[in-house]
Amino acid sequence: MSSRTPASGGAAPSVERHRRQARKIPTKQLLGLAGILGFLLTWELIPRLGIINANYLPPASEVIAALVVDFGLTAFWVSVGETMKAWFLGLLMAVAAAVLLGFIIGSSNFLRKATNSTIEFLRPIPSVALIPLAVLLFGVKIESSLLLVVYAAFWQVLIQVLYGVADVDMVANNTAKTYGLGRMARIRYVVFPTALPYLMTGVRLAGAVALVLAITAELVIGSPGLGREIALAQSGGAISGMYALVLATGLIGVLINLVMRLIEKKTLAWHSSVRSEVVV
Amino acid sequence: MKTLKNLGYLLGLPMLLILIWWAATLGTVNFFVPTPASLVKTFGEVWFSERFFTDVLPSVGRLVAGVSAAIVIGVVGGVLIGSVRWLRSLLEPTLEFFRAIPPPVLVPVLILLMGITDTMKVAVIISGCVWPVLLNTIEGVRAVDPVLSDSTHTYGIDGWARVRYLVLPSASPQIMAGVRQSMSLGLILMVISEMFASSSGLGFTIVQFQRSFSIPEMWSGIVVLGLLGVGMSFIFQWAERNILRWYHGQKEVENAA
Repeated sequence: MSSRTPASGGAAPSVERHRRQARKIPTKQLLGLAGILGFLLTWELIPRLGIINANYLPPASEVIAALVVDFGLTAFWVSVGETMKAWFLGLLMAVAAAVLLGFIIGSSNFLRKATNSTIEFLRPIPSVALIPLAVLLFGVKIESSLLLVVYAAFWQVLIQVLYGVADVDMVANNTAKTYGLGRMARIRYVVFPTALPYLMTGVRLAGAVALVLAITAELVIGSPGLGREIALAQSGGAISGMYALVLATGLIGVLINLVMRLIEKKTLAWHSSVRSEVVV
Repeated sequence: MKTLKNLGYLLGLPMLLILIWWAATLGTVNFFVPTPASLVKTFGEVWFSERFFTDVLPSVGRLVAGVSAAIVIGVVGGVLIGSVRWLRSLLEPTLEFFRAIPPPVLVPVLILLMGITDTMKVAVIISGCVWPVLLNTIEGVRAVDPVLSDSTHTYGIDGWARVRYLVLPSASPQIMAGVRQSMSLGLILMVISEMFASSSGLGFTIVQFQRSFSIPEMWSGIVVLGLLGVGMSFIFQWAERNILRWYHGQKEVENAA
């Protein structure tokens, strides 16, 4: 992902702008809050004014009340736990496999060239294509979710690790060689730190995708978790309950994004891309 | 010699994998895994028939409609929101929340609101794909080089010309990153919307095969989805190469310096 913009010049105006923004932070957060409140108000008014039938879109207050009730239920937290378990285990397996394979493939020119076509072919295959296979093999167990999550998350991480390993500075690598560092030591002290920022980007992207696929598996296949609860609530006519669960998945998504960004910041505190943000 | 070598790299591993698959299924009768030959045969029988017109084409049509609408909405909305600072602060947290909702959960919501129709399926794709494009466009518009921005002001370039020649080109690398995400999301959502509630389309057909234990047919459906994904990725790469040619060139110059 090209997160860096081509515009890197103009240091003086950007410092100026940062200062202005620093003073403006309270207004910015207030505006954001106002935006959320405005959205909730609009949501509240649409069914109340009868623009959309309240049977299909209950007002915001009702949905939030249902969500608060959910927060007090053990069954809700069990479902959240199931979803998070599939998410976490799947992500862990995908990252472990991708890091291992990525370093092996990335460190050999021959392997990199030989696997390129296969990776480029397998990567875009949507993991939802595996849903029928998961149903046949595992039924409605958590393994079904895991299969989809691992497949989707694996490629995100692998590609980033391959980019990262390829980005190693030849001068640094040759210097390490000259100082007599062995292969493992070079991987530990030269390749790994270079690839780490890429790896963290991959893990962050994979974390978001893994949640989507975990919920999808639960929704479509019926493996335990929040997705299945949503499907059940919809077919059972518990409409505000369904909207409450949708809100809950959104909150989990936001939480995962925040945690991932925090981890990225902590592990890359030494890296210039993070450090420069603090300095400027 | 060089092209031969490249061809070897290109086809070597896939050939090897197919060979292993062929050898592994040779002689055994595994219910779940068809032999390569039977898969190819089934693939031809199942998909080169009227099914191509009744299931594949409508699915692809919905996908294209949904993703293109999402891109247009995302870019237009993103340029608007990104250029007005207070609007951006007002809407950003809400939009981030919408992006964080896993799009598949919108399938039951939209079924409820719109019923099981083609419009619903397109709406599912749009509602999932619009966020990466929208938020990346906002981010890209916000990060326009201030020097360039001031220069265009000084030269009196305003309104549409400013958007066309300054904002859109500066934001395009970010926009393309968003488009790439939403294209893969779109394919996922197309399949899910059909698996969840439909009586035609690729997703429905594949689930139908699985439920009736037509295993080789099911595998051939998985292959179709895979080919669709690969095809979309090729189209995207081609488009990106053309749209961002200047950007990659600039990168090369910067890296060389």
